[in-house]
Amino acid sequence: MTALCGKAWVYGDKIDTDLLAPGPYMKAPLTELASHCLEAIDKDFAHQVAKGDVLVAGDAFGIGSSREQAAQVLVELGVSAVVAKSFARIFYRNALNLGLPVLFCPALANVEKGDIVSVDPVSGSVVNQTKAQSFQCEPIPEELMKIVNAGGLMPFLKGRFTPQ
Amino acid sequence: MLPSTPSPQTLSQKIIARASGNEYVSPGEIVTCQLDMVLMHDSSGPRRIKSRLEALGAKVWDPSKVVLVSDHFVPATDPESAEILALTRQWAQDQHIGHFYDMQGICHVMLPQQGHLKPGMFLVGGDSHSPTGGAFGTFMVGIGATEMTGVLATGEIWIKVPETIRIDWDGVLPDGCSAKDIMLFLCAKLGMNNNYKVMEFGGSTIRAMSMYERMVMCNMSAELGGKTGIIEADTTTTQWITDTGASVDNSLLNWTSDTNCHYEARYRFDASVLVPQVAAPHSPENTHPVDTFAHIPVHQAYIGACTGAKLSDLHMAARVLKGRTVSKGTRLLIAPASVKTTNAATKDGTLEILTDAGAIILPTGCGACAGMGAGAIANGENCISSTSRNFKGRMGSPDSSVYLGSPYTVAASAVMGKIADPRPLLTPGTQEI
Ligand code: SF4
Repeated sequence: MTALCGKAWVYGDKIDTDLLAPGPYMKAPLTELASHCLEAIDKDFAHQVAKGDVLVAGDAFGIGSSREQAAQVLVELGVSAVVAKSFARIFYRNALNLGLPVLFCPALANVEKGDIVSVDPVSGSVVNQTKAQSFQCEPIPEELMKIVNAGGLMPFLKGRFTPQ
Repeated sequence: MLPSTPSPQTLSQKIIARASGNEYVSPGEIVTCQLDMVLMHDSSGPRRIKSRLEALGAKVWDPSKVVLVSDHFVPATDPESAEILALTRQWAQDQHIGHFYDMQGICHVMLPQQGHLKPGMFLVGGDSHSPTGGAFGTFMVGIGATEMTGVLATGEIWIKVPETIRIDWDGVLPDGCSAKDIMLFLCAKLGMNNNYKVMEFGGSTIRAMSMYERMVMCNMSAELGGKTGIIEADTTTTQWITDTGASVDNSLLNWTSDTNCHYEARYRFDASVLVPQVAAPHSPENTHPVDTFAHIPVHQAYIGACTGAKLSDLHMAARVLKGRTVSKGTRLLIAPASVKTTNAATKDGTLEILTDAGAIILPTGCGACAGMGAGAIANGENCISSTSRNFKGRMGSPDSSVYLGSPYTVAASAVMGKIADPRPLLTPGTQEI
């Protein structure tokens, strides 16, 4: 996989699933749900985020419900990776299963909104190009990278079944 | 019979070892487990997995092992939710799903109520409160919809063997305190970032608890951020299973952690000194003794959810509401956790006490807990709720405030019109929760 690169959107600890995919819009189509992503704490995010942008956050990113839409809206909005101090485990699995690289990076510091950040999930290297600083994160385990590289669990499993 | 083990294991290790065909598994190891059962609901279930399964060209590996519950969008409030429910029904029929419960109750309550859980089982659920099943000595974790598709197609899942944290509570819980107070207290004490750990609860307080209360303990392991919660089986567990009509044999009591097994951490707490706890917005972690919030006016009091509207929860509310009325300017909404709960509460007179006090009974289902059904709250309003989460905007407007408390505390707050300590309002009698 080539390095993922984009503007950073920086948030704090415990960005929960209800902030990412708010309950009142859960019945709505994904594009509409995505347009409300994080609106309770940042009204601009869903409208200004661009393809390739990277989310940077603190502890327990994705804590809360099992709703997969919390990761799916980020894919829908073009987010290329999430780098956080730690992740809630269901969110972590959901994200990889949807092909969204998510990296544990307790060392990451000093990133500000708008900094250009690149991420290499295989080596675990995260570079803040704006500030010329690099950080070493936990690489995504090789077994799980197979799922991410396939584009998610569905394409990954495809080979196991004969399509009808 | 449990396999003989080369070294001591926790209950979770034993279950994962059995499900993965190993004698022994160690924390950190990644193994593939066969599922004994799978739980899904209308929100994360068929509407999200049907087309994916079709695209894969796969069928449900074993429909008899699937429990499907429509509880999130019930009863339908608009054409979209009606469509979701119709799709769920049709899929259940087409796939010959063994156990489909349509608007009969909340999934985490239906699973044990219908006798599906037995100690030693390995399960996944398409919902983050799946740890609730651990109250029955099972290992049960929550997963998302894409992963669920994989599970339905293959009957297996990879899992990293977790470390276990043992949390013991000893002593008698004071009257007016409940499992909910214990869990809120733990959210403040241990924080919400106990990721990837199993919370194993024990001690004399837990042993004395009913299955309903043990379910609250494991349910809110999700709020501790844990992978799951688990409680070793005992005769309270097997009695529950027998009462549902399911079969029980003595080997079920063997599903316990070995003495001298390795725990990553151990905590001990004294239940006898606990006081009612309340979590302030917008996180269960913001918990303090109820007195801290005693001045806060309450617009809505809500008794609902898998966490806080089982029969025992309604009994707690009734002990406060008996002979009292809900304060003017406050509304008390109660959504019983299952149809069977409503039925039992009708027969034993509980419902009459609640409605005499002015409570409004809402349909059974997730309802206001997830901001999907009736009972949403407006901008600037305060709600005290017996549910498990108070994330910003979860129950309605992002500018509303949700406080969490036990059913005792929610009922007392409804009577006083502000957040209140339930202890002075309890009708005499023994705590039977
Ligand atoms: S009642 Fe609330 S916590 Fe329980 S399953 Fe439903 S939405 Fe989740």
